[in-house]
Amino acid sequence: MLSIESLKAKIDDKEILKGLNLNINPGEVHAIMGPNGSGKSTLSNILSGKKGYEVNGSVTFEGQNLLELETEERAHKGIFLAFQYPLEIPGVNTNTFLKTSINAIKKARGEKELDAIEFLKLIKQKSLELKFDEKILSRQLNVGFSGGEKKKNEILQMSILNPKLSILDETDSGLDIDALRIVSEGVNSLRNKENSFLIITHYQRLLDYIKPDFVHVLKNGQIIKSGDYELAKELEKVGYEDFN
Amino acid sequence: MDNRQKEIDNLKDYKYGFSTDIENIRAPKGLNEDVIKFISNIKKEPQWMLDFRLKAFERFKQLKEPDWQKPKYPKIDYQDLYYYSAPKSMDNKPKSLDELDPKLLETYNKLGIPLQEQARLNGIAVDAVFDSVSVATTFKEELTKQGIIFCSMSEAIQKHPDLVKKYLGSVIPTTDHFFATLNSAVFTDGSFVYIPEGVKCPMELSTYFRINASETGQFERTLIIADKGSYVSYLEGCTAPMRDENQLHAANVELIALDDAEIKYSTVQNWYPGDKDGVGGIYNFVTKRGLCKGKNSKISWTQVETGSAITWKYPSCILKGDNSVGEFYSIAITNNHQKADTGTKMIHLGKNTKSKIISKGISAGNSDMMYRGLVDIASKADNSRNFTQCDSLLMGNKCGAHTIPYIKNKNLKSNIEHEATTSKISDEQLYYCNQRGLNQEEAVSLIVNGFCKEVLQQLPMEFAVEAQKLVGISLEGSVG
Ligand SMILES: Nc1ncnc2c1ncn2[C@@H]1O[C@H](COP(=O)(O)OP(=O)(O)O)[C@@H](O)[C@H]1O
Ligand SMILES: [Mg+2]
Repeated sequence: MLSIESLKAKIDDKEILKGLNLNINPGEVHAIMGPNGSGKSTLSNILSGKKGYEVNGSVTFEGQNLLELETEERAHKGIFLAFQYPLEIPGVNTNTFLKTSINAIKKARGEKELDAIEFLKLIKQKSLELKFDEKILSRQLNVGFSGGEKKKNEILQMSILNPKLSILDETDSGLDIDALRIVSEGVNSLRNKENSFLIITHYQRLLDYIKPDFVHVLKNGQIIKSGDYELAKELEKVGYEDFN
Repeated sequence: MDNRQKEIDNLKDYKYGFSTDIENIRAPKGLNEDVIKFISNIKKEPQWMLDFRLKAFERFKQLKEPDWQKPKYPKIDYQDLYYYSAPKSMDNKPKSLDELDPKLLETYNKLGIPLQEQARLNGIAVDAVFDSVSVATTFKEELTKQGIIFCSMSEAIQKHPDLVKKYLGSVIPTTDHFFATLNSAVFTDGSFVYIPEGVKCPMELSTYFRINASETGQFERTLIIADKGSYVSYLEGCTAPMRDENQLHAANVELIALDDAEIKYSTVQNWYPGDKDGVGGIYNFVTKRGLCKGKNSKISWTQVETGSAITWKYPSCILKGDNSVGEFYSIAITNNHQKADTGTKMIHLGKNTKSKIISKGISAGNSDMMYRGLVDIASKADNSRNFTQCDSLLMGNKCGAHTIPYIKNKNLKSNIEHEATTSKISDEQLYYCNQRGLNQEEAVSLIVNGFCKEVLQQLPMEFAVEAQKLVGISLEGSVG
């Protein structure tokens, strides 16, 4: 589904990714672990199409060159990024944002857009599933949300959009146990033969809830080691510093 | 992608830019007593009306054109303009819509303002003003039953001279500033509204202004009187063809609210803004003033200003009656080379008077936006309050936004509160929206509509939706 080959990325002449290779098949859950500044967010941004990077190498998604697509076109194709730092948009109601988002994607795919009632039904159902407090959705997007609320809101969006590839950038950082459970539930309920996940995290903790198929260690802009869940445990013990 | 691009291109064009090829009657070019007499004569006005005009003209000759405003413009040659232009077919005003020139009907259809019986907008009575004359007013009979007068100013001068004589110029005197005085001398048509005591007007009243003829100034005059305990909601819309000359629009609008009456006046201004390089477009130099004459009266201005090359106006409230309330809700958008210097004046004279100002300015491209407002609380206006909120949103690095709030509080028991913010749409916000499937235009439109929500909510439902689209369209191509 996703195939990354010798991916290099620079910003302002600073080399961040230095030849990264990664293959994700449908239905797989991959975890990427790595120290601060190793390039994890940069990788997420390049996959979802943030502008401003000088990119080399190849990224194909479902057989298509991902790098030549606009950000929104990638979203239409089913790529979703749960942001490490979700943005605040004053004045824009969270529900309105969600509805605009899902309908923009449906429209681009030539599907029928949701009317107000269908949308509310969907929201209700998903919030219930995730035990997510709906009241938040009538507030301005991420404005005044606590850290946990922001992250949960990302996961709610993810589960509503039902993406093919979900990238979670440190969604677990700073979450309490309850929020962590919601996040994991969100991922696990979307998990099936077709949907894939790229989960970026510092901690093994999240991986106890979401059992990954593969674990990769990112250091200095490269994947230095890949393995299974056991690798995460080993990392936790040794620490990034001494891990080679 | 192709379809989307087409859609965007379509939207980007000023879709009201067509002109109607129609035979006109014009006053001779230039500004002098004879032209004023020509206008008064063609409208078969009584002597008192002509005197009103001539008095204004005498005054006008002594006035100097102001130049303190932020947007500068090339000198206007007032002798090189036509002051009256009307479709020839209006010479003998048609008695009914069936007699109206089909070309005019078609023009309004194209503008989305059908005048014919079958197609009329639901629950909205429309007065359609084409260049210098009102060509049709819909729903007249229905309104007449309740004693409501909604007609063209020319008709009001003929049929309701007492009301016109009493109130015309009572809020904007003929001796007011340069453009207002010019208007008093040469105004051509506009709408007249009278709501009798205790009547709540059952539908939106609306005037649609259309400039068609070239080299012609539009000087319309609107007068709205809400008698004791009455209520009216009035909406004004406007468009003009795309021409590479600048056209002057200098209207006067006077509102009078008597005891316990309320007037809600909304404007969706979409005059031709000129092209991307700033060639052509309307100079919108309008004087709008409301007088809360009676106690407990209320006047509320809502404006969505997206068009014009230069917008220069300060819809104001004079809060004379005790406990009266003035409100000003404004969205002003400038893009490309558009300029705006707009805001409001709230003059508190009565006791316990309240005013509220919510201004949202959005500038993009190379445009320049100025909020200028005055809150003046007189020494006798005990316990008066003002709240002002001025927010500016910038898009890109080449535009400007400025805020000048003048405050005069001469009463110790009164209180003025002012808040202002300036923000920018960040690339990160746009990225976030893009990641959720919104393209650049949709993202901007969403963010901007969120920014001006408080004001959009003030508009009557039917127009809020239109205005929301307009807000998006005016900013097309301003990012990315
Ligand atoms: N816009 C930028 N300009 C310059 N340096 C950047 C920029 N974005 C990220 N970096 C640098 O690139 C490195 C990787 O950043 P990031 O991908 O955010 O790491 P991680 O998410 O793994 O903590 C860091 O050293 C960071 O400072
Ligand atoms: Mg990061």
